[in-house]
Amino acid sequence: MKKSLYIAVIGCGRLGSILASDLSQQGHEVVIIDQDKSVFAHLGSEFSGFAITGDAAEMNILQLAKLNKAQVAIAVTGKDNLNIMVSQLAKTVFNVPIVLTRILDLLKDEIYQQLGLITISTTKISAEIFLQTLQQQLEE
Amino acid sequence: MKVILIGDGKLTYFLGKKFVEEKHQVTIINAHSAEAETFSHQIKATVIFGDGTHPTILEEAEASRADLVLALTPHDEDNLVACQIAQQYYGVSRTIALVNDPSHQQFFEQIGITIAFSATQILANLIEKRADFEDIANFLAVDGGQIGVTEIILDENSSAIGKALQNLALPAGALIGCIIREGRAFVPSGGSLLQVGDRLILISQPEHYEQFLEVLT
Repeated sequence: MKKSLYIAVIGCGRLGSILASDLSQQGHEVVIIDQDKSVFAHLGSEFSGFAITGDAAEMNILQLAKLNKAQVAIAVTGKDNLNIMVSQLAKTVFNVPIVLTRILDLLKDEIYQQLGLITISTTKISAEIFLQTLQQQLEE
Repeated sequence: MKVILIGDGKLTYFLGKKFVEEKHQVTIINAHSAEAETFSHQIKATVIFGDGTHPTILEEAEASRADLVLALTPHDEDNLVACQIAQQYYGVSRTIALVNDPSHQQFFEQIGITIAFSATQILANLIEKRADFEDIANFLAVDGGQIGVTEIILDENSSAIGKALQNLALPAGALIGCIIREGRAFVPSGGSLLQVGDRLILISQPEHYEQFLEVLT
C-alpha cells in the first residue's frame, strides 16, 4: 500500500488495536472508535492516529469520526450486530468505498455475505488453522 | 395474523398482550431468562428465551410463517439485524423496528425495513406541533386508529380566529365535527366563524392530522 488512506477502525479490542497500530505504522491516517476509553492503552506506540471514545451505534459518533471522508472502514467490535449495522451505515450513508466486517457467528456471516458485505469470520479462520496445524502435527 | 415480537420490558409486554387480545397468533422472543418466564405466565403467547437476532432462534419462532416481525430492543443494531434476517432470510414481508437513535430512522428504511419508528422523534414532534394547544384532550382512536377524534381549544394566536370554516384550507379527510362555545355545542356550517376559546371537536384520518392542526394554529 503506497497511497496514504483515511481508515476508520471501529472497535479497539485485541484485533482492532493491532489493525489500527499496523495501518498507522504503514503511513495511513487512522481513526479508531471504542466506547471504553481504557482500551486505547492496547494501541502500540507506533499508533499516531485519532482515538474517539463513544458508542459506534450512535450516528453522531460516526460523524465525529468523519466517516464520510474514509476510504476504508473496518468493523471489529466484539458485537456482530454492531459490526453489521456500522458496516451498512458506512456503505449506504457515508459512501465508504471499502468496508470490512468481522462476524463471529457463522450463520450470520453467511447471510451477510449473501447480502453483499465483505465479511471475515475470525471464528472460521481460527478453526481452519487449528485443524490444519493439528493435521500437520499428526503427519510429522 | 402471525406476529413475532422481539424485545423486553413493558413495551414488548403490553404490545404482546394487545396483539393477543386482538386474536393474533403471537410469539415473543426475549433475551432475558427471568423476564421470558414471567411473560410466558402472563401472556397467552409462545415465549422463546433467546437472541432474536439469531437465525436459529428465528427458525424456532417459525419466522418463515410470520406476517409481521417487530423488533423493540434498546439496541438499534439488534433491531436492525433481527428485521433484516427475518426479511431477507425468512421472507417476512413486513418488519417494524424501534430506532433509539432518531438519526437511524431513514437509514433503516433505506435498507429495507418496512417501518422504522423513533419514540424520541414521535414525542419531540408531539411537543413541537402541539405545544400551542394547551388543551388537547380526549384523543380517541376509532376503528383501530383509522379515524381520530380530538378536542382542541382555540387560543388568541390561532390564525383561524375570525375566519369562516369554508375559508380555511382544511385538508380532505379532516372535519370540524362540532364547536362548543360558552357551554353550547353546535354542528358548524361552512359559514360558521371561529372565535377565541372555541372548543373544536376534530375528526380526521391520522395522515391528515398534522396538516389539520397547522391550519388551526
